[in-house]
Amino acid sequence: MAHANELYLGKQDYQVLGKRPVRHDGTDKVTGKAIYTADVQLPNMLHGKIVRSPHAHARIKSIDASEALAMPGVFAVVTADDFPDLTEKFALMGEAGQVNLTELAANCLAKGKVLYRGHAVAAVAAANVHIADEAASKIKVEYEVLPSVTWVLDAMKDDAPLLHEHLRTDSMGKKADKPSNIAVHLQFEKGNVTDGFQQADVIVEREFRTASVHQGYIEPHAVVALWNEDSRLKLWTATQGSFNCRQQVAELLQIPVSQVLVVPCEIGGGFGGKITVYLEPVAALLSRKSGRPVKMVMQRNEVFEGTGPTPGSFARVKLGAKKDGTLVAGEAWLAYDCGAFPGGMIGPGCMCVFSCYDLPHAKVDGFDVCNNKPKTQAYRAPGSTQAAFACEQVIDELAEKLNIDPIELRLKNAAKEGTRRVDGPVYPRVGFVECLNAAKNSEHWKSKLSGKNRGRGIAAGFWFNIGGASSCSASVNDDGIVCLVEGSTDIGGTRTSIAMQLAETLGIAAEDVRPQVGDTDSVGYTFLTGGSRVTFATGLAAYQLGLDLQEQMKQRAASIWDCDPTSITVDKGVYKQNGHSLTFKQIAAKIPENQLDPVVGRASVAPEGSTNAFGVHIADVEVDPETGKVTVLRYTAIQDAGKAVHPSYVEGQMQGGAAQGIGWALNEEYFFDAKDQMRNASFLDYRMPTCLDLPMIDTIIVEVPNPSHPYGVRGVGETPIVPPPATIANAIHAAVGTRMTQLPMSPPALWKALSERA
Amino acid sequence: MSKKIHVSTTVNGESVEFLCEARQSLLEVLRENLSLTGAKEGCNNGNCGACTVMLNGVPVNSCIVLAVEVEGAAIETVEGLACHGHLHPIQKCFLEGAALQCGVCTPGFLVTAKALLDKNPNPSEHDIRFNLANNLCRCTGYDKIVKAVQAAAAELQTR
Repeated sequence: MAHANELYLGKQDYQVLGKRPVRHDGTDKVTGKAIYTADVQLPNMLHGKIVRSPHAHARIKSIDASEALAMPGVFAVVTADDFPDLTEKFALMGEAGQVNLTELAANCLAKGKVLYRGHAVAAVAAANVHIADEAASKIKVEYEVLPSVTWVLDAMKDDAPLLHEHLRTDSMGKKADKPSNIAVHLQFEKGNVTDGFQQADVIVEREFRTASVHQGYIEPHAVVALWNEDSRLKLWTATQGSFNCRQQVAELLQIPVSQVLVVPCEIGGGFGGKITVYLEPVAALLSRKSGRPVKMVMQRNEVFEGTGPTPGSFARVKLGAKKDGTLVAGEAWLAYDCGAFPGGMIGPGCMCVFSCYDLPHAKVDGFDVCNNKPKTQAYRAPGSTQAAFACEQVIDELAEKLNIDPIELRLKNAAKEGTRRVDGPVYPRVGFVECLNAAKNSEHWKSKLSGKNRGRGIAAGFWFNIGGASSCSASVNDDGIVCLVEGSTDIGGTRTSIAMQLAETLGIAAEDVRPQVGDTDSVGYTFLTGGSRVTFATGLAAYQLGLDLQEQMKQRAASIWDCDPTSITVDKGVYKQNGHSLTFKQIAAKIPENQLDPVVGRASVAPEGSTNAFGVHIADVEVDPETGKVTVLRYTAIQDAGKAVHPSYVEGQMQGGAAQGIGWALNEEYFFDAKDQMRNASFLDYRMPTCLDLPMIDTIIVEVPNPSHPYGVRGVGETPIVPPPATIANAIHAAVGTRMTQLPMSPPALWKALSERA
Repeated sequence: MSKKIHVSTTVNGESVEFLCEARQSLLEVLRENLSLTGAKEGCNNGNCGACTVMLNGVPVNSCIVLAVEVEGAAIETVEGLACHGHLHPIQKCFLEGAALQCGVCTPGFLVTAKALLDKNPNPSEHDIRFNLANNLCRCTGYDKIVKAVQAAAAELQTR
């Protein structure tokens, strides 16, 4: 079916896409040569250290840094007072929308109150990390401890400790008249749910709870800042968006964006957690005060206690179906915590909860709730995993009650082209039905699972591909190698997936493109790496860049042959006209010989709206009834990639997302004590999956072309984390008959559920 | 500040001397004093394995080894894996098998894998998973890492 804005070319014989070249940055990464932020060394560099709150909620009565400042080797101390006055200042930051700068600054250095344990209060710069550590311990902060709250439903109560005295609930644009921790109440409605549920033969309604988890990137947050005497601020940092980082820092320090240069270093994992700034503005202030470059690297407990967990959540989901399995209505009530400051993941949670199904009647209420945790950040399909944990278990229970195969029930109600989501958008061509069919036909689904306490589960997941601005440029060398500079920081191999799209467009080999991620002075504005947008949107820019370079190469060939450039045809990188024929490389070699203009191309795009990616996962588990421990025996992830640019890295995204989702399902959680202190802020105690905890993760890539991309590419990064908790919950139910409505489904939780049933 | 201590050791086959404070870890000295930044700091308390190096042939978390302990020892780091411009088969198999994404855990995995294959040239999948459980990776789900080590074992056996 043709689409009004169809960009898909329908190409069948790809030369580069679908192949598996060695990634361009790979050798540096297997030899230890790749430069991550913590590897950056500057002459005369100082080391910074943050002083953090030991309390979950407290008023800061005083800060005394005199003893620290008197120590030899200590150069500067900063607090919130070193930020410019940001009262009533807001900044428009791309898809993040309006950002409250007072709150953004207060998350970097607390002002007046600390709102979570680990909240930064002050920072010190010293000659080395050890002196900085000692000096930080000598900065005396006096607190008045306040009552605190970390569970989302408790924080919503009228008598809950208030984080922000000025905060009034914004309910569909209307502000409440009394203070509350509820920042926002959202509501989406389609049809009439009351009428809808009246048509239902079977209704299932359940409540679900999830704990906060962390993105768990192995590289801690790090930055090197140099505020030079010419007033230029240079930042080497691990960020998912160098331009986004530049803007945040410039706004917080109230300096022009062009005064800030962000050099994106190699980044050791992000998953959504390296978008907002923490250390960057603080290191900048320390550098300005000391006149020296300052490096700051977080310790792991600081990463857990001071940076982005994903929301803890409560969900009540109700679905009604007719006897034949047709879904007639759905209702969801979702409360997600946003941590210390408003603006969490409730929006996408509401958009995703019913996104897999064609529901004639649906209503979704969502609440964004402040509590005494670090400000929540995006974590791979933010908000969708919690929603799917709820919805996909209700679907599973409906299938059981209706005695319909869970895949058939999903197929009967699957979202497809033309389905309108509860929050409004109508799907273009999507591949959910194809994913379900691939699951149904998979060797895994068809295989027999036998054995005591074993069960198989299946669940689906959805996430968007956002658009956003992307830029790239390239020059053609005499030897035909194309040097590509693009603006998307590379967190999982996107340099190669972008280079491959340029190579495909030019008809040259992937190895003949040399990609690099440019700093903010050397490439055009590019929105952050997130929303599964890079391979899609920056890939679109690379395609357009390819067309620009090809046009210029035609002109050079026309000069060589003395003909009209429009008479030249190009096929697979060979330029032809009236019996003449030259390859891309041959023309490149002739440019200097013939003293022709060098070939330099550029492209910038800002695709609007978003496209979509669906996935379906299957898990076999075995439950140990003695301990409550769940072993994943077999796992298959199925996903629509549109067109898999580099299948190995598409598989890698699916496997990595599944592993994170399995960790979220079975073990990971922020464990708070009675004083709302996190008690497991180390890798040992937080316990992410190791390779001994997991089986091989099989993958099936489905390719239903994205109409909004010339090669049909869809982003693939985020969807794979969405299905696992529900998939495993459904498998546990199949194994032992217990419906787990709480994450994590850790041994103690499952053991308790099994014991209570007995 | 305490007086610095003189340490003589061997790193990747070369004799090395350095001065360090008693409180400095081997990881800190490798990275800060010797500019060998291949070993990474992920947790600084021995939980993630990103800083794995070999100490007298045994893989250790260099963040929880004191630099003064390596007097007279032989240390091998990721920088010593490739030889005369050629990648070690483990490095090659990681590259070709797409066994890395962000790459920050990769040096630790490579060193741990080399230690395993030095000791056990024909490991089962369970052997690989058991030995590599010292190292955390958050990107790959380990599937392609385990397969890369299997491929490297096969390649080393044909030599």
